Amino acid sequence: MRASQDRSNNDLCRHWGLNHMEKRAHFSSKTVPYLLLLPQLAITLIFFYWPASQAIWQSFLMEDAFGLSSEFVGFDNYRHLFAQPEYYKAMSTTVVFSLAVGTLSLACALLLATQADKKLRGGEAFKTLLIWPYAVAPAIAGVLWIFMFHPSLGTLSQPIRALGLDWNPLLNGNHAMTLLVLSATWKQISYNFLFFLAGLQSIPRSVIEAAAIDGAKPIRRFWTIVFPLLSPTTFFLIVVNVVYVFFETFGIIDAVTGGGPAGQTTTLVYKVYADGRVGGDLGGSAAQSVILMVIVIALTAFQFKFVERKVQY
Amino acid sequence: MMKRTVLAALAMGLATSTSAFAQTEIQWWHAMTGANNDVVNKLAEEFNASQKDYKVVVAYKGSYADAMNAGIAAYRAGNAPHILQVFEVGTATMMGAKGAIKPVYQLMAETGEKFDPKAYLPTITGYYSTAKGEMLSFPFNSSSMVMWINKDELKKAGVNEIPKTWPEVFEAGKKLKAAGHSTCGFTSAWTTWAMIEQFSAWHNVPLSTKANGLDGFDTELKFNSPLHVKHLEKLIELQKDKTYDYSGRANTGEGRFTSGECAIMLTSSGFYGNVKANAKFDFTSVPMPYYPDVAGAPQNSIIGGASLWVMGGKSAEEYKGVAKFFAFLSDTDRQAKLHQESGYLPITKAAYDKTKASGFYEKNPVLQTPLIELTNKEPTENSRGLRLGNMVQMRDVWSEELEAALAGQKSAKDALDAAVSRGNQLLRQFERTVAR
Repeated sequence: MRASQDRSNNDLCRHWGLNHMEKRAHFSSKTVPYLLLLPQLAITLIFFYWPASQAIWQSFLMEDAFGLSSEFVGFDNYRHLFAQPEYYKAMSTTVVFSLAVGTLSLACALLLATQADKKLRGGEAFKTLLIWPYAVAPAIAGVLWIFMFHPSLGTLSQPIRALGLDWNPLLNGNHAMTLLVLSATWKQISYNFLFFLAGLQSIPRSVIEAAAIDGAKPIRRFWTIVFPLLSPTTFFLIVVNVVYVFFETFGIIDAVTGGGPAGQTTTLVYKVYADGRVGGDLGGSAAQSVILMVIVIALTAFQFKFVERKVQY
Repeated sequence: MMKRTVLAALAMGLATSTSAFAQTEIQWWHAMTGANNDVVNKLAEEFNASQKDYKVVVAYKGSYADAMNAGIAAYRAGNAPHILQVFEVGTATMMGAKGAIKPVYQLMAETGEKFDPKAYLPTITGYYSTAKGEMLSFPFNSSSMVMWINKDELKKAGVNEIPKTWPEVFEAGKKLKAAGHSTCGFTSAWTTWAMIEQFSAWHNVPLSTKANGLDGFDTELKFNSPLHVKHLEKLIELQKDKTYDYSGRANTGEGRFTSGECAIMLTSSGFYGNVKANAKFDFTSVPMPYYPDVAGAPQNSIIGGASLWVMGGKSAEEYKGVAKFFAFLSDTDRQAKLHQESGYLPITKAAYDKTKASGFYEKNPVLQTPLIELTNKEPTENSRGLRLGNMVQMRDVWSEELEAALAGQKSAKDALDAAVSRGNQLLRQFERTVAR
């Protein structure tokens, strides 16, 4: 059993292209490798370093919306930010929101993927249907959920109210957060599902069959074989999902709750959007983006340093 | 011979195409949807058909906030439109952007187009003028806050007279609730506009110092007065059993009126087209309620809606076209027609008088309600209008505090104090960026 798992690990490594036997290419000229790297470097420079440096520079400026006057104010924008109780509130909201969306979307996707991986009649159709939500734009997803859960006009809120629950996301922060978590999760499940399914399909049947012959029940097979072999996928998805909840959910938040009620669904990225685009406070918004960038870089680095150790490639 | 005809035809073709090319294009970015979008398109078509030298090209840019941001971003990128429609709360931001905009009074003076600032309704132009009365932007679609009434439901609930004061509204709400409107006695859309901004003007109490910001950006918010606190306390109390029920920050809750769920709703007079198209009951609109124990109430209401800003840095020829277009818009017949069809307020006195004289309001009293409110009394320091920087974001901040209060997390006093102090921070920040 142990041996077969090692063997399958090696299979998987080859599959992921992470073979320990490195292949070295030798270039006769010194410029060619740099030339080959150039397109990637250019993309990174133009689309990451340039805007990121702009944001850092902007975060030290105080500017009107039209850019008619700007003044270097040092760390004023940051000081101002950390003096706002709303900013700390947005931080804790973000933690709650990202934990909820991350856990829910990964768990649901894994459950769906393991079920879809079985031999089912019409399995292909299920798989296709499960992938669909990913093609829906965040704002449209938000509007769809509003149609269902608007306190008085929503098609699903009427039955909920009939059950005696005073469903009111317009005033109740917990209701609003629930609605938001549901819609953001729904949107992300497809993506996670796709990767989990691919991961599951690359696990060699022979390993699982061997375990079955040794008498391991399905649940045990899942936790001792499938789950550890899925760990590279899971790790990748955790990183991607963190980036998703931190950066890409403002469209949904804007459509579903607009950060309300009483700021209880204002996350860090939504605050960047609200202060910068709605409020025209580019300096303060840039300062927030810089902090957000630092947080995500730190989180990703942490994941690679500590979580990745547990990953079995 | 053959060759020559071809050449001549070609030359002819070239000549016509260059003359078409010589037409000066005027870009107009707006945020109007539905029936109002048709109004904008039709105006541009009529103007283009009325003369040959200029061509107004319209482009829809999304919501009010989107259109304004698109205009600002385009200015930064050096390709702003000539005319940008900006909602009333963006006024201070646009005014602060000296150099980015071309004040309308200057435009009209430089181009020599016929322009008499006194011809326009002062309650409307006051909002878009300097303290000296110089018109900065051209009023386009103006509205005010009114109370919409579902007459059928009021009758069923035994409310025989349409309520005029707040205590009467509270009573009517309770009766409606008892008569089966269990989720909503009365409600409001644009809640901060209704319960803070219009409420202050209508009761002649200051929203902020310096004539609500009209006389200077160094204004400070004042809406945590005992009257404001008392009103919010009442709303908090009534929210508990949904005699009053909150319908959100913007106007997405307006469907609760047309669906019949809420029989009393405070919202914009611009809701008219929607009600007319969708309400399957007898409806009307009446002036906003007031507290009878407040001396001098009701005062007059303030306007909402949007105006047209002319962007800076364009050629003299282009400005000439913009000025001609504004003169075209001010024409009395056109204004009267626009007002009667769209439900927007007429911007000139002549258009208002003409509509009144034609007996239009007897048949359509709903369209006169905002005008009665706006002209109810000579405007005071507290009711001329308001001009606060960062207003778009400010409304969100106020909404947050109102929501916290209505959800029972904060007392009325605490919520209004917080709204005032957080709002003041935004004002100081705005003052810093425009003062230099």
